[in-house]
Amino acid sequence: MNTDPAHLSTNEFIKGLWRENPIFVQVLGMCPALAVTNSVINAIAMGLATTFVLIMSSMLVSSLRSFIPKQVRIASYILIIATFVTVAEYFIQAISIELHKNLGAFIALIVVNCLILGRAEAFASKNTIWPAFLDAAGMGLGFTFALICLGGVRELIGNGTLLGYMIFSENYQPWIVMILPGGGFFSLGAWLLLFNWMKSRKERLNLAAENSH
Amino acid sequence: MSLPKKTLEIRTSPHLKSPIQTDTIMRNVVYALLPVAAFAVYLFGLAALLVLLVSTLAAVLTEHFLCILNHRESTIRDWSAVITGLLLGLTLPPALPLWMVACGGIIAIALGKFMFGGLGYNSFNPALVGRAVLQASFPVAITTWYPAMTPDRFSSLPASSLTMPFMKPVWDTVTTATPLGQMKFEHIAAETGNLFFGMSGGSVGETSALIILICGAYLAARNMLNWRIPVTIFAVVAGLTAIFHGISPETYPTPQFMLFSGGLMLGAVFMATDMVASPLTTPGVIVYSAVIGVMIVVIRFWGGLPEGVMYAILFGNAVSPLIERSIQPRVYGTTSRRAKA
Repeated sequence: MNTDPAHLSTNEFIKGLWRENPIFVQVLGMCPALAVTNSVINAIAMGLATTFVLIMSSMLVSSLRSFIPKQVRIASYILIIATFVTVAEYFIQAISIELHKNLGAFIALIVVNCLILGRAEAFASKNTIWPAFLDAAGMGLGFTFALICLGGVRELIGNGTLLGYMIFSENYQPWIVMILPGGGFFSLGAWLLLFNWMKSRKERLNLAAENSH
Repeated sequence: MSLPKKTLEIRTSPHLKSPIQTDTIMRNVVYALLPVAAFAVYLFGLAALLVLLVSTLAAVLTEHFLCILNHRESTIRDWSAVITGLLLGLTLPPALPLWMVACGGIIAIALGKFMFGGLGYNSFNPALVGRAVLQASFPVAITTWYPAMTPDRFSSLPASSLTMPFMKPVWDTVTTATPLGQMKFEHIAAETGNLFFGMSGGSVGETSALIILICGAYLAARNMLNWRIPVTIFAVVAGLTAIFHGISPETYPTPQFMLFSGGLMLGAVFMATDMVASPLTTPGVIVYSAVIGVMIVVIRFWGGLPEGVMYAILFGNAVSPLIERSIQPRVYGTTSRRAKA
């Protein structure tokens, strides 16, 4: 194991993007992942809002970690998270009313996204600010990446567009089920299938490489 | 030195073997479906023939391909994929674009059957899963009906059938409403006689009640179909409708209209009786069929859709494990739970 500090901090950042991806590997934060990914733009907005809340609350939790008593830590974390969620909600409302309408109650529900509370409890409360920031940024971007994957598939098949631009011909018959709640489950299942397949393939290849030595 | 010959063989149950194998039953169900399919082809012509062929081919090929992909022996010989394909084809409107039919067949087998582990593990009727996904995906295409008995039905195809894959279909101007749709949205009841013999618009195979009943009776007589399921569904639907029709004859249709219209016959006889997705015990089967019957009436009377048989059966499939759990027969040699308490 490389114990070089620079390597360690890169590792904190990278792990959330792929190896411990919040959606595809940890299967956390399913509520926004299924509910608002019916188009890419919604997915990006939800992902970035969550990333912002995650980074800010992780840093604050990390800086207050010796100050918050163990007994009331969950309540304190929720209070911190809720503050940043309110900031994010007003911000989205200010830049686009339409986007705010599309995301609806799910912006407020970022408060109860178990990914954020999970990182605060499992990582930020035990580490200094810099690793906490890297961890939160990695997890947040991994979350955003996963939402874009889901939203991309759903918008492409369910509407024939990507980010509002027509991809297929005018006569493309959209599969309406993909932008309905059912489509969220189908595409999540398909992505999980792909991720697990890649993981098992990698393990098989590693095993074959070991055996050949 | 050879081992002494065993005089006592120890085996686990079941000890009684039936000469009837899965593929025998499945083959007979296919035979029973053939007259229904033939009549559908007579009514709707080439379009219905192609829908049935494409859905069956898609289902069988998907099954074969997925078996190879899973390094299993191909299970297409047990005829179950043929049944799924035929049933799916029978629930679709005859002028549905053929690429949608093929997608339905693939989804039915892949999502409805293989996702759960193949034949014997599917908790929902695969054909209905395929249809439900199609209905949610293409709500317009799947509710555009084509009239029965058009004069040129054996020489020409509706324009929508041969739509390019993944493209929007172009509809012929001659489309029609189903008796159930007319009842729901215009309050026009069709004649029961026409419904009974099947001379009306609708899905490929949901039209002739008489032929479906005869084929179902053949299977029931050969003990390959649990007759309690369709009989209970018919009784519950007819009973509930009779009550509501008695209260308000203008709003609610007659029991005979309810029984012979839409997909009720096909659904109750061939789909609700799916051996894997229905309960095993007789009381369980009765509760299961009653749930389906009530759901059909509720969806048809107060739901947003004119037809509810598909969702009612899927709902019944979903609650079937729960029914099975709550109505468990007493294990031989034990005391009942009530006696213990």
